Amino acid sequence: MNPSTQRRLALALPLLLLAAAPAHAAEAAQAVSTLPWWFWPLALFVTCFLIGIVAVPAGIGGGTLFVPIVGGFFPFHLDFVRGAGLLVALASALAAGPMLLRSGLANLRLALPLALLASISSIAGAMLGLALPADAMQIALGVIVLAIVALMLVTKKAEHPEVARPDPLAAALGIHGVFFDGASGQFARWQVHRTPLALFLFLLIGLIGGLFGIGAGWANVPVLNMVMGAPLKVAAGTSGLILSLSSASASWYYINSGATLPMIAVPSVIGMILGARIGAHLLHVLKSSHIRKMVIVLLAFAGLRAILKGTGLWM
Amino acid sequence: MDVKTEASAADLERDEVRIYANLLYYGMLAGFVLLLASFTAYVFGWLPAFVPPQELPKLWGLPVAQYLQQSHSPSGWGWLAQAWRGDFSNLVGIALLVSCSLPPLLALVPLFLKQRDRAYAIICALEALVLLLAASGVLGH
Repeated sequence: MNPSTQRRLALALPLLLLAAAPAHAAEAAQAVSTLPWWFWPLALFVTCFLIGIVAVPAGIGGGTLFVPIVGGFFPFHLDFVRGAGLLVALASALAAGPMLLRSGLANLRLALPLALLASISSIAGAMLGLALPADAMQIALGVIVLAIVALMLVTKKAEHPEVARPDPLAAALGIHGVFFDGASGQFARWQVHRTPLALFLFLLIGLIGGLFGIGAGWANVPVLNMVMGAPLKVAAGTSGLILSLSSASASWYYINSGATLPMIAVPSVIGMILGARIGAHLLHVLKSSHIRKMVIVLLAFAGLRAILKGTGLWM
Repeated sequence: MDVKTEASAADLERDEVRIYANLLYYGMLAGFVLLLASFTAYVFGWLPAFVPPQELPKLWGLPVAQYLQQSHSPSGWGWLAQAWRGDFSNLVGIALLVSCSLPPLLALVPLFLKQRDRAYAIICALEALVLLLAASGVLGH
């Protein structure tokens, strides 16, 4: 890593924490209302902009970072944070979706059956999430975030997993394809297996996504890549397409419940999309593994914070 | 079949991909533009707000049920009648973004039927139905 990259990297973490720290410090300040109302949407925009920058090189959806960080360090109730989190995940997926589809990196035939089950279960997750008490949700959120950290540490990825032959369901649905791998400059053929198991896993993923308002890129990609055997690039592209459908159905439940507060949701969505565009450009400059480690540390911290907040040990 | 021939066979899928990608793109673009415009009008006070921004810090820390009660905000589709207000005008753009997968899904149903691919026609129709059901508010809130 060259010195300028190291400097950028050294700046990124403190900036991200700086964005969260005043928010936390101001939690106490909120009680005495010393801060103007516009401070919060502005802080949210800056935080989401920074999350967007690091989320792309870290290979994790912005929504996964959004809910634990904003839920832990901002004064908003978790109901509104989850509603905004789903919109952030949805907007990020939509912004990239058309381009990924046209380039063949997102596959409709792979996405649609999985998205159908994830959409149904994400509504169930949203219903459950708004029915449970906030403290229990904070603790559960902390546990799930720490589980994501563990998954990020242990999950292996394969560029082109070996799939000897498709399972009968994948064959019947015609789930296979060819994509142009820009890195190797060649066409690569792919097919998938273990489709029934993946369908079951996507039911669980949708439920968790709707329950906590977090995007599900952290789970979609490993299931598509390591369970079904889709190439890593196709898995990452198709994950966004699935997310654009599953987040949408859960989002509707939050909107109808009044849990989508524009003052929280809109700056988050705009900040995240602008940050993600810069993050995509920095992919070639920053070393992804370093960013990924930094994000793991940040997520672990946010997960612990959620547990401590839920148990009342650190309000 | 070699990889290049299969790549040509993938051309058959191009129609569905092109239609889905184009409709998604224009829906998303319309949603974002509307969201930016309505949020600008909201924060600069160009449109009157149902809940004034300066009141929000007292309310956004409450659970959603209490928030609705204290702010007298509508739930379900009740916001539509207040869409001329700054805060609720943002929900128009948000609703557009959340719904922008619906037209591409519905457009694929006849296309898949034409290709005699009944399984995917049914999957698309079911996905559209799930989205409509979620949007309708009949699932309770």
